Parts: sequence; structure tokens; C-alpha cells
Amino acid sequence: MKNTIVRTLLVVALNLAMHATTFAQSAGNSSSTSYLVYGLLGVAVLIFFFILAQLSDNLIAIEAKRAGISEDGLNLGLIPGAKEIAGSKMPSYVGSGSSVITLKKGFDILLEGEATPVLEDASGVTSFAVQPPNFRGILPIPKLTVEEGADVKAGDVLFFDKNQPDVKYVAPVSGEVVEIRRGDKRAINEVIILADKEIRYKSVEAPDLASADRAALKSFLMESGVWALMSQRPFDVVPDPSVDPRNIFISTFDTAPLAPDLNFVVAGKEAAFQKGLDVLGKMTDGHVYLGLDARGDKAPAAAFTEATGVEKKWFSGKHPVGNVGVQIHHIFPIVNEDTVWTLNVQTVITLGNLFLEGRFNAERVVAITGAEVEKPVYVKTYLGANIGQLLKDRLKSDHVRIISGDVLSGAAKSNEQYLNAADDQVTIVAEGDYYEMFGWLIPGSPRPSVSRTYPNFIFPNAKFKADTNTHGERRAFVVTGQYEDVLPMDIYPQHLMKSILVNDIEKMEALGIKELSEEDVALCEFVCTSKQPLQKILREGLEIMREQS
Amino acid sequence: MKNALINFFKKIEPDKKKSPFMHTAYDAFFTFAFTPNHTTSAGGVHIKDGMDLKRTMVMVVLAMQLCYLFGTYNMGHQHFLALGEYTGLFQGFHLKLFYGLVQLLPIFVVTHVVGLGIEFYYAYRKGHSVEEGFLVSGALIPLIMPPDIPLWILAIAVAFAVIIGKEAFGGTGMNILNVALLARVFVFFAYPTVISGDEVWVSGLAKAEAGAAVEYGWAHLSLLNGLFESLGWATFNPQATVVDGFTGATPLALAYQGGWANVTSVYTEGQMLWGLIPGSIGETSKPFIIIGALILIVTGIASWRIMLSMFLGAVVTTLLFNAWGATPFLEVPWYYQFYMGSFFFAMAFMATDPVTASSTNAGKWIYGFLIGAIGMIIRVLNPAYPEGWMLAILFLNVFAPLIDHYVVEANINRRAKRSKALAAKQAS
Repeated sequence: MKNTIVRTLLVVALNLAMHATTFAQSAGNSSSTSYLVYGLLGVAVLIFFFILAQLSDNLIAIEAKRAGISEDGLNLGLIPGAKEIAGSKMPSYVGSGSSVITLKKGFDILLEGEATPVLEDASGVTSFAVQPPNFRGILPIPKLTVEEGADVKAGDVLFFDKNQPDVKYVAPVSGEVVEIRRGDKRAINEVIILADKEIRYKSVEAPDLASADRAALKSFLMESGVWALMSQRPFDVVPDPSVDPRNIFISTFDTAPLAPDLNFVVAGKEAAFQKGLDVLGKMTDGHVYLGLDARGDKAPAAAFTEATGVEKKWFSGKHPVGNVGVQIHHIFPIVNEDTVWTLNVQTVITLGNLFLEGRFNAERVVAITGAEVEKPVYVKTYLGANIGQLLKDRLKSDHVRIISGDVLSGAAKSNEQYLNAADDQVTIVAEGDYYEMFGWLIPGSPRPSVSRTYPNFIFPNAKFKADTNTHGERRAFVVTGQYEDVLPMDIYPQHLMKSILVNDIEKMEALGIKELSEEDVALCEFVCTSKQPLQKILREGLEIMREQS
Repeated sequence: MKNALINFFKKIEPDKKKSPFMHTAYDAFFTFAFTPNHTTSAGGVHIKDGMDLKRTMVMVVLAMQLCYLFGTYNMGHQHFLALGEYTGLFQGFHLKLFYGLVQLLPIFVVTHVVGLGIEFYYAYRKGHSVEEGFLVSGALIPLIMPPDIPLWILAIAVAFAVIIGKEAFGGTGMNILNVALLARVFVFFAYPTVISGDEVWVSGLAKAEAGAAVEYGWAHLSLLNGLFESLGWATFNPQATVVDGFTGATPLALAYQGGWANVTSVYTEGQMLWGLIPGSIGETSKPFIIIGALILIVTGIASWRIMLSMFLGAVVTTLLFNAWGATPFLEVPWYYQFYMGSFFFAMAFMATDPVTASSTNAGKWIYGFLIGAIGMIIRVLNPAYPEGWMLAILFLNVFAPLIDHYVVEANINRRAKRSKALAAKQAS
């Protein structure tokens, strides 16, 4: 195969060389034609040398094979492979046996207000809530097992879904159930607990990992409340107990704007994290995959790099490379009827502590970030902390948007509301309800943008103060190729979105809707010139798909 | 100051219920002057990129400003060359500039009044805000019209392009054919004598032959001449006649008759490169168009893939023609083909329209290449049309969805194959 290519190239080159010289003789009088001829000659010479190098390269490789030093992936030739050239940037802490999956597409939104690695105790937070809308896939009115005024311990069951009564939703802290807030059509939005000063835990009897079978572990996890914190893909819902996951994926770094440094979060909890991984290993016949960060100069925390019983995959690139959905796509994509589980790092720690400490420890390290925060830091609190108490005396102004999560796919919250269960970050940005004179042409302040019509691309490390202004009105899809540039997956987002809008279920599935979750297209929504609500559109499509299956 | 201005504007805002059309028009101007105070919704992203459609469109308009400047002056320059007066480039500067302006301004105004009027009307009828699509179409249309185009024909062409080409399909972002090109193709087929032949590329002459009289209007003779006289400058001469030896033919017409030698007997390479030749208003000057194209590529507004592949398509086709070499035009070397005609303008501003081009990156390569190839075939082989890009782009506009369909299908097939392979891997 290779030989035939070389031979054809050789013939072409010889022919070109011959023709070029005759051509030069016949048309030597015209200066412009001779440029063409010299150009062709140059190309021919280049091809000739290339073939020479290629030939000798092959000979060396053959010699090496005869001598018996041939090894898979070992390049013995003269010409470095593309992998070797690209791989020169591979950081030293990535072990020699492993490779880095480098994603070219994406965009890092650099904002002001990154949390400094200081851990504060949030002793002022006394109000916590479990929010049924956080658990996608359950009915809006779950069955409550407690009433207002009831006294609960951390780990006590608060409610369960009537369709799936085995999966229990438990209290993150001990105290009194002070209020059950309802929304439209009597849907339960928040079950609020006033926490004790000293948290009392319900003691749980964890099965022995070595001897327990999967069914026993499953029912234990469902009963303990950790099950509900895990997520199943496709659709990003609470896992279905009747299906074993094909694989379990955990991303150990978050690339979203101002995201917490998970190396800092995991510090001191290495044992719990490893225990959690051990449990997860029992839950699937496939692998537990750990996505590791190969972007920086420093190695990630040892808890991640030295984890055992898991498959480690290194990733490098820009946001959304830290999204677990993107990592799944590059490790082992979701196809056909596959289901996989995803967990965030702190859920793995809670899971590990269930076995290590014998209690449901819903402690969370939350990063308080954003340009509108006086002193962005990390705070130690519990799952579902009250926002107002968490942010007391921390804000610079009150004309702000409080976001549970990151600016791309978080949820806007008020002071009376609570952190969402999956979030380990609060971001505060200024509200942008101002008019801007000719703002579309001469913007009044610097703002993050992928567009090179802004000088941002000249200053790749500049950080911005973003606000919630839309910087323009919603329009029909006009610009193309924009989404593809920030979604490092083999997916055509714009065509997918259009297929969702016209409700073409077959096409949605064929175009890969099952591989996506809102956070994966969040960056597409950010860059969208036409200001289309892509996450909302995607969720509508996912819900349609879920009803179908 | 800014707040006072906003308050004033808010005070004069027409009532949306009572006078919806006025409100639509008001809204268009208000959002032009001030980006609205909309904030992101509670779900979805909370911050948005500073890029919007207005900025995108205006960047394209800015990129063609040099073409406007040059086109205006060149109209005057060509006019006086035909009369044999002020033959140096900068001689009679004010006359040439004002002559160009007198030609261009009515064209520009008519295009925008008709086009924007229709846009405003449809926005009001459909109850949405006025969209920015016509900013670019309206800026492109004057540049691709012959200098002497009668304004009523222009008005009909613009109305046709906007109503049939765009609004019938649902407005900005929904059209299948490039709106600006549709306006031109309408003039081309409905009024063939206006946009073809040798007579139309130099304005202000009764006929394109020696001795023909010059045509000046009241603006030249009363308004401008009065002004120039008071300043002591040279004035328009209503007695001037077309000089001997003037043809008015474009390089392409000459090349069709007798190849490159015939072209260079009338125009020098420098004239063709810089665009000091008769032609449509804005498409003659290659360097200025290339500057515009570079602005679009650097800012990432237009697809470099389309531009590059279109160039490659044209080069490959001319190389094939050179090899064939049956007529003098076929023998014109590939690099000289780019001195003639409006290839660069079509490449930079027409083929790259994101709405009508292919929407996938792979599709863009195919789309651009085919425009380059087909456009060159029409230019060189078809005696009826002096230039091929307009037809080639419209043709590929129609086929762009088909190209995308196959690219997306390929993705679907790849995905299906991958599922199969992974399923087999799991089973084993």
C-alpha cells in the first residue's frame, strides 16, 4: 500500500520535472511563465526529496523490524510522527504509558473574581433545603415522609418518588423541618431544615465491600440517599435502579468560568474519594473512568492521579473539556441504548464516607466567586445551603444576579433560595439592565467574546467583568460554524437544534442528542450571535426523547 | 446626558397598540442607537458574548467602505476619460468626486428607502422587530449595479429581491438565495439592455461611441457648477463629447473577442488591478476588495474556507482551460483571469453570505470550490453572460442545502458505524 503511493508519487515527480524543463525551454521568453515554471520545478524538487526521505525512512523501519526491535507506537524512522510533534507539549506529570486527549475546540471565558484557595467555615448558614426539582426525572409532587416541625437527623429520609419508591431523598443536616415550600400546582419546591449547631447523623450499616453483591449495594445506596445525587446519561436524570450502567464517568476538573479548583476541594478527603471509587467499581461491569486535567504545569492532586481501580484519561484543551459529557464522547461514547452514570467529585466523597464513616456526610466545599464578591473564597457548608446566609456581608452591591453554579449553566437564585444539589459554586455577576449607546458598534466596557471583532484575542489572558446584559436581541439563525468551533465533539449542533425545533425525533437521535447535556451546549449558547436559547431547546429535545424511550 | 437622551426617546415612544407601524419603526431606530437593556433569562447562560447580529452585519458594511470610496471616484474618472478630459487620475479631482457622488447617492438612497421600507412593513405585519439583514444587502446592491442604472428599475429590482427572495421565505436568516445578487439578476434578466453590452459601464454618455453628447442634469449644471464657479474651480462642461477611440468595453468583453492580447491593447495590467476600468460601481478595484476580504477573514465574520476553496476552484478550472486552449479566451493564463471581472468581489462579499452558503465546514469547501469552477466555466465558455459569478453563486445557493444534507448524512452514518463498532466491542 505505502509502496504504491511512493511509486506513484515518484512517477508524478519525474514527469513534472521533465515537463517543467521542456516548458521552460519553449516559453523562456515570457518572464511570468518562467515564474510558473520555476515554481513547478521547486515543487518537483521538494517532492523528490520527500520521496527520498520517505524511502530511507521505510528502509530503516524494515531494518529495525528484522533486528527485532519493532515495538508498537515506537517510531524508529527519520521523520517524527504527527503524534510526536504534538506530544512534545505533553506535561511531564503524565506518565509515559498514557496519552493526552487534546481538544482544539472550545473557549475559556476568563472572568474576574476567582476564589482564592482559602477555606472558610460558613457557621452562619443554618438553613438548608432539599429541592425536588433538582432531581430530574421524578414527579413534581414526591411523597413526603416528614411533616413541618419534624425533627430529622442527617441521612433521615425526607421524601421519595412514587414511581420509584426505593430511591430515597434524605436530609443533608440534622434539625427541624421548618417549612415545605410549594410552587405551581402544589409542586414541592423546597423542604427546608433549620440545622442544629452540632450535626447529628443517622448511623448507617454499610455492607462489607469485599463480600457484598451488587444488588445489596444497590439497595443500600438507594436507601442511604447517595443514589439520588448520581446522574444517569442520556438525559441527565436520577439513575434507573433496574439498569446497570455500562460505565461510570467522573471528571476531576471543572473548566467552566470561575469553577472551583477540585484539587483544592479534594484535599484531606483522599481516602473517602478512593473509597467512593471502590464502591463505584462494584456497580458496573465496565470501567470507572476518571477524566484528569493535563492543562496546567502542575500535576493534579494525588487523590486523582494515584486513584486505583479506575481507568484514567488525561485531557487538555479549553472549556468544555472538563465537562463529563465531552469526556464521555472521547472515551467511550453513549450509543444505542447505553446508559452510563456520572458523578461529581464531592458526590464520590459523600459516597466514600458512607462506607468509611458510616454516615451520610453531605459536607460541601462551595466556591463563592464573581466580580461582585468582596473576597472570593471557598466555604465549607452542607448540601443545599441557603444563599442569603451564605453570601451575608460578601457582596459589593445588591444589583446583582446570584447564580447557583457557573455563569453558563447555573440557575438564577434569590437570597431566600438554596444552592442546587449538584452545585459546588455560587457566582455573582452584575445585572446588565442598562442601555448602551451604539453598544453594538462601540461597546462601552470590555466584555468577553470569542469574536475577533473585539480586541480580546490580542490579550488572551485578560479577565473580564461580565454582566447579564444580552448585548443584542434574539434573531433567527444566521451565522454558521460558530457552535462547531466551541463544541469539541463530532456533532453538528446547529443542525441538531433545528431538528429539535421541528420535532424530528429520528434526526435528533441520529445527530447525537443523547450524548449531550445542557452544560455541553452552554458555550454554544454563549457565543450565539442570534442569542438563541440553546440549552432550553436541547432540554425540550431531551424530554421528547425521554418520553419516547 | 445619556440618561436624558434615553428619557427623551422613551417619552416619544409611540404606543404599540395604537400605532404598531410607528412603533416598529421607532423600535428599529431606538435599538440602533441603544443596545436594549435586556438581561439573560433565569435559565440558560447568564452572560452572553458581546457579538450580535448588528455588529456582525456592520462589520461587513465597514469592510466594503473602501470599495464605496473608490467606486464613487472611479465613476467620475471613467466618465471624464470617455470625454477625454482630466485623463490623469487626480486631475479634476473635485469634478470626478462630485460626479460620482451625484450618481451614487440616488442609487444608495433608493435602495435603502425601498428595501428598508419593505423590511419595516413586514416587521410590523409579523409583529417582530426589524432585522439587520438588509444592512448588508442594502450596502451591496449599489456596488454591483452599473453606474447608469435607471432608478425605477433599481427600485423594482430591490423590491423583488426583498419580497420574493427574502420575506416570502420568512425574513432574515430564512432566505435561500442571496438577496443582493437576486436584485442584480433581476435587472440582468428583466432589463437585459441595462446591465449588459458595452454601453452601460460608463455613465453620463448619450451613447458609447465617438462624438456622442454628454448628459448632465440640473445637479451638475445648476447646483455644482454654481458652487464650483463661486470657488473659482473648474466646472462640468455640457458641450463635451466622447473622445475618438473610446470603447466602454469591459476587459472580459475584450478577452472574449481576442484573448489577453486584445485586453492589454486597451487597458494596462495596472489599470485592471487597481480598478481604473469601466464596470459595476464597486467591483473593479482588486486591492481594496482584498483589504475588505482580509478584514472579514481576520475578524472571523466571513468563512475563509469558502474564499480559499472558491479561489482554488477558479484556478483549477482555468488550468484545465489553458490545457485545452481552443479559443483565445481559454488560453488566458490563470493569474490573468483574476485581473478581469468581479471574482474577488463575489468571493469576499457574495459567496460568503452565511445564510445562503453551506452551513457545515466540509460543505463550505465543496460549495466554494464549485462556485469557483462553475463561475469560471460560465465566464469563459458562455458567450451570453459576460461574467459568471452571479449565476454560479445563485446556482450553488440552491444546492447548498443539498451539500449540507450529504455532509450531515455522512456524520449520521459515521455515528451509526461507530455505534455498531462499539456494540461489537462490548459484545466481545
